[in-house]
Amino acid sequence: MTIKLGVPSKGRLMEKTFDWFGARGVKLSRTGSDREYAGAVEGVEGVSLVLLSAGEIPRELAAGRIHLGVTGTDLIREKLVQWDQKVEQLAELGFGQADLIVAVPAAWVDVDSLDDLDGAAAAFRARHGFRMRIATKYHRLVRDYLRMGGVADYQLVDSQGATEGTVKNLTAEAIADITSTGETLRANHLKVLAEEPVLRSQATLFRSRAAKMNDADREALRTLCEMLRV
Amino acid sequence: MGVSFAAEKAEAERLRAVFAEAGAQPLDCAIMQSAETLLDLYGEDIRARAYVTHDPNRGEMMLRPDFTVPVVEMHMSDGAEPARYTYAGEVFRRQEEHPERPSEYYQVGYEVFDRGDQAKLDAEVFGLFAEVLKPVNLRPVTGDIGILTAAVAGLQTSQERRDALLRHIWRPRRFRALLDRFSGKTPVPAPRAAMLAQDDPMAKAGPVIGLRSEREIEARIAALRADAAEPPLSRAQVDLIDAVLAVRETCSFALEHLRDIAVDMPALLPALETFERRCDALAARGVDVAELDFEASYGRSSMEYYDGFAFGFVCESRPDLPPVATGGRYDALTRRLGGGQEIPAVGGVIRPGILLEVAR
Repeated sequence: MTIKLGVPSKGRLMEKTFDWFGARGVKLSRTGSDREYAGAVEGVEGVSLVLLSAGEIPRELAAGRIHLGVTGTDLIREKLVQWDQKVEQLAELGFGQADLIVAVPAAWVDVDSLDDLDGAAAAFRARHGFRMRIATKYHRLVRDYLRMGGVADYQLVDSQGATEGTVKNLTAEAIADITSTGETLRANHLKVLAEEPVLRSQATLFRSRAAKMNDADREALRTLCEMLRV
Repeated sequence: MGVSFAAEKAEAERLRAVFAEAGAQPLDCAIMQSAETLLDLYGEDIRARAYVTHDPNRGEMMLRPDFTVPVVEMHMSDGAEPARYTYAGEVFRRQEEHPERPSEYYQVGYEVFDRGDQAKLDAEVFGLFAEVLKPVNLRPVTGDIGILTAAVAGLQTSQERRDALLRHIWRPRRFRALLDRFSGKTPVPAPRAAMLAQDDPMAKAGPVIGLRSEREIEARIAALRADAAEPPLSRAQVDLIDAVLAVRETCSFALEHLRDIAVDMPALLPALETFERRCDALAARGVDVAELDFEASYGRSSMEYYDGFAFGFVCESRPDLPPVATGGRYDALTRRLGGGQEIPAVGGVIRPGILLEVAR
């Protein structure tokens, strides 16, 4: 057996993860053709690389099919119930920063806080006969956040992409989404509520609490963690 | 744990037979319920607690999280009056915060739809539950959302502020935040103050996108201006609400205590009369009201739509378990599901699985 390390299979997140490990003496690389999701690990024994979609890494960690995984805190918290009992956070990697925020049309000059959002939602429901719609793909996180904030009379509508466009397209009145710079929001005439974000996320290395290990695996994991200083 | 599903089912059937013996008509209803109705009623929070299924033909359906809504719907569409119903069956709840709790369990209910003497009907339901649960050592606790509603409705402040508080009676944290803002304890947030200071806040608003129109935004700005001009809710008024919320003693003392509060808040009196009539009706049924606990806040943080009498039976030696039984009055629910009709309704449910667990 080997220690399985799950890393996002493409894009900037993969490259930056490779850089982060590389800077600590663990060389990760893709092998074979560009289209083949296979990888190699050099610099440490007994560790193998598994390239996965970032969205699947939480599930694989929770199931114990990988021992370590790099993914966003947002995905871990959204997808895993009682996440801290299933995975341990080993290190924040310092990239992939993004906040999960609630945004409303910039023209809503009367709405800046959750308090305002609640007031606007009450009036909206009375006027339109249905609950104010908030488009998101982070249902659990946003629902918990709005419940804690005491917002009523809203409903979440699922949006798996191009969420910023839903308000203009009249399929939602507000959105909750990940943003790094806010440019897309501004381009779509939206503004972020002046509240703490739902979540501050970044690429993070997690350890599965469920993955099985033999003595050799434990030794390999210990060596790897020493090299990574986590 | 360790109560088998078969034992739970048998206990559910036994309890339903007891309720049927007491005069209730046995009812059954579908496991899959319209998600739309439940979502409209309970809001997004129900999604965190119920299982939603997707069907390309029927849209979103929910595995019934309780029987109250379908029973009210059935009664409102073709029930005879007055009516007493009993049912026994599984309900389904997601347990994200308590994974050790079952997500599928039995409920046995007794529901009364009757325009008669409401105090007597409250006492009938509570008395029946007390009798059925007598062999087990449980602590009954009662409350009355109607007293809280009356206290808020009696506040000396604008109708808008009273409505905002009434809307959040079931969300204690939010309710408190509103009280703090209306009384000036929390200052007006800077962005709002800045917005209100402008002659025309919409001047630099940019394009209005989405379904919420410019007129709706302006209407809320006007409402916020009116609210800013409203004098703060006085400390004395907040103290009265706090005093009502803090009432937590036996029914007899609670009534006396609330009467004292009503000297400064006469709006409470009709609700207290209801409370007193209920106490009398309970006593007439043999309930010892001098020993029965009353908590003014009871029933406030539950998902159910109790808007008057509320009660629960809890096992004090097992604080890890949910209540064995809960119930209350839900007149407003029949109004909302009745499509223009309404009928006073009161009822409750027992969880046979928990009952067996604590009886061991």
